[in-house]
Amino acid sequence: MIETKRPKMELLSGTFVEMLVDEGLTLLETQGIMVENAEALRLLGDAGAVVDLAAQRARLGRRMVEGCLASTPSSITLFDRSGEKAFAVGGDEVHFDPGSAAVTLLDHDTQEERKAMTADLVDFYKLVETLEHIHFQSTGLISSDVPAAVSDGYRLYLGLCLSSKPFVTGTFRVEGFRPMKDFLVAVRGGERELRLKPLAIFDACPSPPLKWSNLTAQSLLDAARAGIPSELISMGLTGATSPVTIAGTLVQHVAENLSGLTICQVAAKGAPVIFGGSPASFDMRKGTTPMGAVETMMIDSAYAQIGKFLKLPTHAYMGLSDAKVNDPQAGFETAMGAVLGALSGINVISGPGMLDFESSQSLEKLVIDDGICAMVYRLLAGIAQRDDPIALGLFEAFAPDMQFLSLPHTRQWYRKEHILAGLVDRDPYEAWVTAGRTSIVDKAHADVRRRLGKYEASPLADPVRKEMDKIMAAYARSQGVDRLPVSDF
Amino acid sequence: MNKDELLRSMNEAIVAGNKAAAAALGAEAVRSGADLLEVIEKGYVPGLQKVGELWEQGEYFLPELISSAEAMKAAMAVLKPELDRKNIEAQRGGKVVIGTVEGDIHDIGKNLVASMLQAGGFEVYDLGADVKLERFIEKAEAVGAGIICLSALLTTTMTNQKRLIGLLREKGLRDKYKVLVGGAPASHKWADEIGADGYAENAVAAVKLVRTMSGGD
Repeated sequence: MIETKRPKMELLSGTFVEMLVDEGLTLLETQGIMVENAEALRLLGDAGAVVDLAAQRARLGRRMVEGCLASTPSSITLFDRSGEKAFAVGGDEVHFDPGSAAVTLLDHDTQEERKAMTADLVDFYKLVETLEHIHFQSTGLISSDVPAAVSDGYRLYLGLCLSSKPFVTGTFRVEGFRPMKDFLVAVRGGERELRLKPLAIFDACPSPPLKWSNLTAQSLLDAARAGIPSELISMGLTGATSPVTIAGTLVQHVAENLSGLTICQVAAKGAPVIFGGSPASFDMRKGTTPMGAVETMMIDSAYAQIGKFLKLPTHAYMGLSDAKVNDPQAGFETAMGAVLGALSGINVISGPGMLDFESSQSLEKLVIDDGICAMVYRLLAGIAQRDDPIALGLFEAFAPDMQFLSLPHTRQWYRKEHILAGLVDRDPYEAWVTAGRTSIVDKAHADVRRRLGKYEASPLADPVRKEMDKIMAAYARSQGVDRLPVSDF
Repeated sequence: MNKDELLRSMNEAIVAGNKAAAAALGAEAVRSGADLLEVIEKGYVPGLQKVGELWEQGEYFLPELISSAEAMKAAMAVLKPELDRKNIEAQRGGKVVIGTVEGDIHDIGKNLVASMLQAGGFEVYDLGADVKLERFIEKAEAVGAGIICLSALLTTTMTNQKRLIGLLREKGLRDKYKVLVGGAPASHKWADEIGADGYAENAVAAVKLVRTMSGGD
């Protein structure tokens, strides 16, 4: 029997990959990076970097970076809240998670973006919990009814109470790390247990070009020490904050990611790191950052190829759109990105549900995108040889009136070879008219209601929940926040 | 080079975004003793207007826009010492304080607007990104600016545009300044809501708005 080929694409030749990595390393050695964090600078200096403390600049030698690369794990295994279900983040495994930290929600009834509230975030978590092709949760909305001083921690607290999936999240303030780590430790039952079974990935975004802010550098140090995977989100904007050529932006991307990885390794050797990003093909007319541009997807696919060459787990912001509502643009940009990202073998693909340059989330889009992800997984499963001979056996009884519907062979394989349509329309025209010409968006809205209705909480064990409540209350108190939105989850 | 040629070349240098040529032509004008106000008004400024038109027609994009603004600044840098020496006041558009509000490090859009304003003849005080609100007011008071431009790229920081207006009111300075807002989440509606004096959606529109606000054409 033939081994099933996993469909795959690569945009760069092997020689080109090596050149891009080489220039990235040279850039780190000659120009270095800016690090606005004293401890990170000190650690880099101790590990052999040439550090100018006054200028907050560190030049990283090639051998040092290569050493850090060697100590970074090539694969990470995330576990769900129960600690039972494992998700390999490495190789060509693909996991989707909703695009993170949107500030608005597309309101289905008004078709307007509005500020997200805690109640929306609760619906968001519940809905994602029911979507089987979106493996990870993300702290996907920033609730406007939560004081900024505690909003990073509060959204993770809510998420862990409401969902069993692994999380993609991150800090908004240096003070946010401690309670967020404490939540994860509380769920796992100990620091060592969390290290053994990571439950969340923390995103950290360098400021292009080549700078780590105090907040993001601190997040790298803190996460590395706790054994929490850091996802490095380089985001050069072609021609604005990075070179205008795609290859030039890739050089900067390599340098930024490898510098982040180095900061993690000097804080804790062996710390898990994901080679990721959210770069964009800067729009020279509007000054915007289109995530649905084909050039953006090309940058993503290419840096992921480089990440794989470096034997690192990979991440990208793909499978999302810049459309403002769930229109044809939303569909095609999302599907293109999801397909290209998956064919590139990107391990964590952040995007579903997201609109408007990563600023808006839509519950309806989440369920539509779950259907896109289902198709993508089918595509990745490839074409298998099920029988030997492949089909000749079926034709032994060939006759002019032969049909296949009633064959046991059809019944045996159709659910494995073909996936169900989900929300997409496959009605004959008359049936579609009779059914009220319903659009996929309306069907999605009904599906959102249905799913929220059938969501069943799998509550945290009582002592864990009590511990979480205690941590949250202490964090709020320490930040001078005396009341948080009450929700009846 | 006769005067017409000189003026035409200046115009072309700005339209082409050719910094070196724009500066060299300025030096040529100084050397030949040309009427400097005339070369600005009839040489460089029409070039800048043409750039604005090309932008509006969709011919020009941000890289062309910014190169032309840089060329204009290079030309003015050559002419300015000579104008000062002769005690000639070039027609200035007024003083503008600009910056990205505190908590927000996005400055691409703000830089563009600052550059275009400067090229358009305004005296621009660019405070950078993540600027404490008090600093906008301190600077405007110190230099005697009439206009404060506030950029914000995040919905979480745009509220600082509103806070600045409140701060001006508290200090009894609200009527002294025109406050203009911009950035991805801002809008005409937002400007109205927070009691700002105006909103512009891009750098070209911002220059027009500032010109109107400062009582220009």
